[in-house]
Parts: sequence; structure tokens; C-alpha cells
Amino acid sequence: MNEESQRLPVVSDQDVVRVRQLVRTAAVAAKLSLVDQTKLVTAASELARNTLVYGGGGHVEVTPTRSERGKAGIRIVFSDEGPGIADLDLAFTDGYTSGGGLGLGLSGARRLVDEFDIVTAVGEGTTITVVKWCR
Amino acid sequence: MERVPVLKIGDILLVSIQIDMEDQVALQLQEDLAERIVATGVGGVIIDISALDIVDSFVGRTLATIASVSRVLDAETVVVGMRPAVAITLVELGLSLPGIRTALNVELGIALLSANRRPEMPDIVGDEDDQAAVPTP
Amino acid sequence: MPLSPDEARRFADLLESHAEPLTARWTELVVASLRGRLSGAELHRQTTDLRRGFQSALSAGAIEVTDGAADELRAQLSELSSNRARQGFTATETAISIYALKEAVLDVIGDGDDALRLYVAFSAFVDRAALFTFDSYVRIRESLIADQAEQLLELSTPVVKLWEGVVAVPLVGTLDSARAQVVMERLLQTLVDTSSPYAIIDITGVPAVDTQVAQHILKTVVAARLMGADCIISGIRPQIAQTIVALGIEFGDIATKASLADALRYVLSRNGNKSSRS
Repeated sequence: MNEESQRLPVVSDQDVVRVRQLVRTAAVAAKLSLVDQTKLVTAASELARNTLVYGGGGHVEVTPTRSERGKAGIRIVFSDEGPGIADLDLAFTDGYTSGGGLGLGLSGARRLVDEFDIVTAVGEGTTITVVKWCR
Repeated sequence: MERVPVLKIGDILLVSIQIDMEDQVALQLQEDLAERIVATGVGGVIIDISALDIVDSFVGRTLATIASVSRVLDAETVVVGMRPAVAITLVELGLSLPGIRTALNVELGIALLSANRRPEMPDIVGDEDDQAAVPTP
Repeated sequence: MPLSPDEARRFADLLESHAEPLTARWTELVVASLRGRLSGAELHRQTTDLRRGFQSALSAGAIEVTDGAADELRAQLSELSSNRARQGFTATETAISIYALKEAVLDVIGDGDDALRLYVAFSAFVDRAALFTFDSYVRIRESLIADQAEQLLELSTPVVKLWEGVVAVPLVGTLDSARAQVVMERLLQTLVDTSSPYAIIDITGVPAVDTQVAQHILKTVVAARLMGADCIISGIRPQIAQTIVALGIEFGDIATKASLADALRYVLSRNGNKSSRS
């Protein structure tokens, strides 16, 4: 049960709240420190909102994981089939926004996690994978 | 949809956010507060976020907007009770919330508001009878 | 040349039939190696238990220390290493306590036809057991060291209440990233716990500041501001001031004072202004 991944749809505001709660529960179970829990949940909130607002909805999958050296961690995958991101460099610039936000979503979320991977293609969608390890 | 209650205590509106807010709830709070400030004519707003275990950029932006709007309506906003982990995360996120005044708890927030409004007292004593009416022993 | 299950059982019998003299000799050897730092009675109890452990593992057909039949024995060996590590014995002294069994067995094995072959196979088994002990000794020592490092970290970063509404962190020693982080979290938590709107970070005792550490201090100051508290940095040494400028770190509008006393005076004067106004 604990080591299984959980998947949630993200199609509404309530779903973003649900993602936050799911990530919080998983982070507590993985024994992340309080600050790391907070960072991960905040990053998940930013990215889930991106999935909803820019990706037109999608899915979030939360998986407890282990590093090669046996450290516990949480992996979260955000995927949508939206318009994709044409200019990644621009999207990662602090303060840049295409949707009226503060422009901290992507770049800010990347600073809050230990691993950040993004795959995107215009017209096909975006998949973002983040990992946070226990210290 | 849930709603965040707004309480009036003397010259202050007190908002204590106790729930994990959906974005819509945050926007609703922003609207409610603007209306209540105008309706009550208070000089200060205190938003207690000590129950929030995260503040993301959306909530951060909402708080900043509330502060700006209330300033236009001549009310000072103080955000109180931010948890250390939340503050550390906001710094990492790159959100420094300029323009928002903060205090460690509600008590210090009220002290901050009254310290700010005190110098204006002589000017407003004439117009505002509710405060001038307090008898001096 | 590992033991066969059959040989293992023969050894179990041997350990049983010569239980008394074997334990006595084994204890004697261990006492000598530890030079009286543990009492003979205590060691006798340990060797008696261990002999029983070896015997039951072997009679259950264990031919390797890693076998399921040797679970109990491994638990005993782990406990032995744990105790020895905590009592401050060296790894060698700990391992010798197991190796000594070989010498004790030599006295009782007799001189049958296959005695040598049997003895060599049994030796190998004891060697593995000793290596296992050695491994767990190292693991336990490592965790002891990690615990102590953590305790040291706690001790070396006291956050003290200096005055009503003022807390201070006197930082002493090298600040690495991990420690800076601990300091940051504790300082912020103390601000909340004591509802102190002022914090003084005194770095008189910090020999050097690199970019990362300066960043941590800066982040702490910004985080404290977000929470509604002001930080003052005191005790910046001349060389550190030079470094900060050379690294191009912007301290911006953060208040800096030469000494902790200056910082406290500064805070109290600001506090005084405030209270005189209200």
C-alpha cells in the first residue's frame, strides 16, 4: 500500500487542493523534514495549478521511491495533453508569465525540489517529473 | 464552496484562515474583505495564517492584492503567524511579498496597527466621535 | 572449504560435550585480550551464551553465518558488537572475542583422522562470524558518530533570549550548509515560540564566510522578515567584510553592527522609540 503510486485527475480547483493533501500525506509517510514537506507540497501546488491552468487539466501521480543509496523520497509526475511549452528558457525565467500569475510557478517549483525534469512538445502536452529526497 | 469568516473587532477586521483554500475561496476572501472594509470603515486588517501549512504563489499573490486594495481603501493590512517552514519555502520560491506588513502573532499585529495609527489621532479625533467619546479618567 | 551440514552437526555435538572446559578456556582468552576491562564473570556469561548460540546454529545445520539457521547467532553477535562499541573497545578487541573460540576449540578437538579437515572448516565458519561482528561493530560506530555529530550541532547552535522581544544566535565555528540550515530553522522557530520581533545573528566566532553561508544568512533574514521579525547581524570581522564585498554579496538593507552589544543597544533604542510612541 505504502509503496504504491497514487494517481489523481486535475481538472478543477478542488483537485489542486486534493493533490496538496495527497503529497503532504506521502511526504509525512516518507519522513521528510517539516521544511522539506512544506517545500514539496508548495512545489506540487504550483505545478498542479500549471497543469490545470496552462495544460487544460491532466493527471498527477505520486510515488514513494528510493535512491540507489537507499534514501527515501517522493516522486511526483504532472502530465497534461495541453498546448505544451514553446520556449522553455522563457518559461523558466523568474517573473515571466503567460497566464497572469507571478511567473514563479516553474522556476520557483524547480528550486523547491531536488530533481526536476520536463518533457514538452508544442501541441502534444507537458510532463514534469520532480523528486524530493529525505535529507 | 467554503468561505473564510471575517470578524470585526473594534477598529480591526480579523481574518483567520483555517482551511486549505481553493483558489476560488481565496479570491472570494479578497472580494469579501474589500466590501467589509468599505462597509465598516475600519483602519486595519489582520490576516492570521498560522494554520496554513503552505503558502504558494497564488495565495501569496492574493495576500499582496488584499494589502494593496485595503491600502487604497485606507486600511492597513498585517499578515500574522506565518510558520517558519512556510517562510523558508517562500524565500526559496522567490516570493518576498513586498508591500505586505507582517507580525509574528495577532497580538503583535494589533500593536503594529495601533502604533501606526496613533500619530494620526489628533487629526481624526474631531471627525470620529466613537474614539473621542471614550471618557478620560 | 565450507562446513557440510553433517560436519556442522558434529561440531555442535563437540561444543556440547566439551561445554565446560571450552567456555572456561574461551573466557580466559577473552579476559586476557581485554586486559581486565570487563569482569571475568561478565565475560563468562557472554561466552556461555555465545557457545550456546554457535551450538544451536550448527546443530540446526547452518553452514554459513548468513544462513537462516544462524539468525539467532547473528543477533547475539550484533548485540556483542553494539555493547563493545559503546563501551569503547576497539574493533580488533571485539573481533578477538570471537576468534578466541578457534583456539579454545583446538584444545578439545582431539586428534582424530579428519580432525584437521574439520578444524579448518570450522575455522572458516568462526572467521565469517568474526567478520560479521567486525562489520556490525563498524556500522554501530558510524551511527554513534553520526548521533554525536548531530548532538554537537544542536549544542553548537544555541538560540538564546537576550531581552524581552530579542533573541540571539551566537555562531561559533565553521558554518557549513547543513549547520546554517539548522541554525536558520531553529532561529525562526524561537522567534515564534518567544514572540520576539528581533533577532541578532552574531558571527564573531565564525572564522570564514563563503558565498553559500552568506546566502543562508541572507535567506534567514528574509524569512524572518516574512514572519514579521527583524534580524541584525553583528560581529562581522574585517576579513569577512572583505570577503563579502569581494564575493559581491549584497547585504542590502540588513542592519549590521560591530558587536553584539552594539546590536542590542540598537534594537533596544528602536524598541524604546516604539514604546514611547504608544
